[in-house]
Amino acid sequence: MGASSSASAGTVESRVVTTRLSRWRFRNRRWVGWLFILPWVIGFLIFDVLALVLNFYFSMTNFTVGARVPDWVGFANFQQAFTKDKLLGLSFTNTVYYAGLSIPLGMLVAFVLALLLNADIRGRGIFRTVYYLPSLVPAAASAIIWLFILRTRNGVLNQFLGLFGINAIPWLGRPEWAKPALILMSLWSFGQQMVIYLAGLQGIPTELYEAAEIDGASWLQRLLRITIPMMTPMLFFNLVMGIIGSFQVFTAAFLMTQGGPLNATLFYMLHLYNNAFRYFRMGYSSALAVLLFLVILTLTLFVNKTSGRWVYYGGA
Amino acid sequence: MTVSMKQTRALGHAFIYLIAGLGSIVMLFPLLWTMSTSLKTIDQLVVTRIELMPDPIAWNNYVELFSRVDVTKQFTNTLTIVVAAEIGSLLVCSLVAYGFACIDFPGRDVMFVLLLSTMMLPGVVTLVPFFVMWDRLGLVNTFYPLVIPRFLAHNPFYIFLMRQFFRGLPTDLFDSARIDGCSDFGIWRKIVLPISKPVLATVAIFTFQWAWNDFMSPLIYLGGDKGKWTLALGLNALKGFEGETTVHFQMAFSVLMIIPVLVVFALGQKYIIQGVTFSGIKG
Repeated sequence: MGASSSASAGTVESRVVTTRLSRWRFRNRRWVGWLFILPWVIGFLIFDVLALVLNFYFSMTNFTVGARVPDWVGFANFQQAFTKDKLLGLSFTNTVYYAGLSIPLGMLVAFVLALLLNADIRGRGIFRTVYYLPSLVPAAASAIIWLFILRTRNGVLNQFLGLFGINAIPWLGRPEWAKPALILMSLWSFGQQMVIYLAGLQGIPTELYEAAEIDGASWLQRLLRITIPMMTPMLFFNLVMGIIGSFQVFTAAFLMTQGGPLNATLFYMLHLYNNAFRYFRMGYSSALAVLLFLVILTLTLFVNKTSGRWVYYGGA
Repeated sequence: MTVSMKQTRALGHAFIYLIAGLGSIVMLFPLLWTMSTSLKTIDQLVVTRIELMPDPIAWNNYVELFSRVDVTKQFTNTLTIVVAAEIGSLLVCSLVAYGFACIDFPGRDVMFVLLLSTMMLPGVVTLVPFFVMWDRLGLVNTFYPLVIPRFLAHNPFYIFLMRQFFRGLPTDLFDSARIDGCSDFGIWRKIVLPISKPVLATVAIFTFQWAWNDFMSPLIYLGGDKGKWTLALGLNALKGFEGETTVHFQMAFSVLMIIPVLVVFALGQKYIIQGVTFSGIKG
C-alpha cells in the first residue's frame, strides 16, 4: 500500500496552499474512497454474497422455478444426490477423467511450446501468434469446427489417419473415444497458458544461466535446476486455473455430444445444467453446485497448502 | 565459441523449427479447413480426398447463409451486448480500480482481499441464484442479465489489472493535481484515464472476447427468445437443423464469427502485452 499512502502523506506535508477547502477534501477522502468502489461493493453484495447465501439456502429446499416460496427439506437433496442420483457419480467420474488428463496435458504442451518459442529464433513472433490463435476462437465455433473434423465417416482427421492405414475411429460415436476426443480438442487452445509461461520465462534473470554455463551445467540440468524452479509460480497459477476451469467444463460437451454417447461425456456441469434448466429443479441443482464447489475448494486449498513445498517466489 | 558448440546450436535451432513448424500446421489446419469448407458446394463436401483449395470457390455460401439465418439480427444483438459491456467495464471498473489504487481509506485493504477472493469463486455456485434473481425481476429474455453485472464492476480480474497499472503511475502527478485543488474524480478523468491506454485497451479486448464468445449466459438468459439470440446461439441452432446438408453454412458462420475476434486481437495486441506486463501477473 506504499505508493498511495505516501501520496496522501505528501498531500498533507506539502500544504503550501493550506486552505480550508483542501483540508476538507483530505478528511473526506475517507468516504470518497468508498464512493469510488461503491459500484463494486453493491455488485459484490448482490452477485457474490447474496448469490452464495441463496445458493446454500436453495440447496436445502425443493425449489422449482414455478413455485413462489420454496419448501425447506433440510439435507434431503444431498441425500438424494448420494443415494438415488445414478448419473451424479458417473458425471463426477467423467469430470475427474477429463480434468485429470486435460490439465496435465495442457500444462505440458503449453510449457514445452513456451520453452521452444522462448529460444532466440527468427520468426518466433509469428509462431507465437499462430499458437495463440486457436485460443481466440469462440467456443461455439470451435465446437462446430471440431464436430466436423472428428466425424467418423469422411471426417478429415480420420481421412488423414487413413493415409497411414488406420481404420476410421468413432471419435464422438463411442463412449470409450468421446472423452479422449474432447480432451484432444481442448489441447488445441492452450495459447493463454503459453503466454503466461512466456512472460515467466522472460522474467528469469539471464545471470543464472550464464553462471550455470560457466559451471558446465548441461541443457537438462539448466532446465531442471533453473527454469522449472523459477517457473513454479506460473505452473501453480495455471494449475489452480486449470482445476477451476476443467471441473466446470460445459460448452464443448453441451454443443458437441449433449453428454452422449451413453453419457460418456455427461460432465458434472452438464448434469447440473440439465437439472436446473431442463427439469427446473433449482433446489436440487443448487445442492449439486454446493458439492462441486466443495470439491473445487478442497482441491484448490490442497494445492495451495502443498505450494509452500514446490513453488518458489524468488525468496519473497 | 568452438565449432562444435556452434553446430549444436544450429542443430538445436533446426530442431525447434521442425517441431514448431509441424505444430503450427496442426494449430492452423482446423482454421484453414473451416475456411475451405465454407467455400465448398454440397457436391464438394462429400469428396473423400482432403482438398484445401475448393474448385470452384462457392462464395455464394455466404450470401445464402444470410438468407437462411438472421445473421444481421444476431450480429446486432451480440454487438449491443458487447458495447454495453465495454462501457460498463471500462467506466465502472476503472473508477473502482482508482479507488483501490489511489485513495487511502479505512477498510480498503480488507475490501481488496475480498475482491481477490471472488476471483477464485467458481461460477457454478452462483449460476442458479443468478437465474432465480433475474427471473423474479422479470428480466429473463432481455439483455440486462448480461449487461448489468458489468455496470456493477462484477469483474474482479479487470479491477485487479487496472489497479496494478494505476499503482505504477507516478504519484507526483496526482499530488500536484491535488494541491491545485483537483478532485479525485477530476484526477481519474483528466490524468489517470488519458495515460492508462494500455490497460484500458487490454480490458476492452478481454471484455470484447468475453461478450462475443460467451455461450452459456446467452443460452440461459436469451435462449427462449429467438429474436434476442446472439451469434453463438445462432451458430448452435444452425448445427441442430438439417445437420449434414448445412456444414458449409456452419463453417461460413464460424468464419464470420472468428474474423472480428482476430481483427480486435490484431489491433490491440501490442496494448495487451504492455497492459499485462506493466500490471504484472504476479501482483
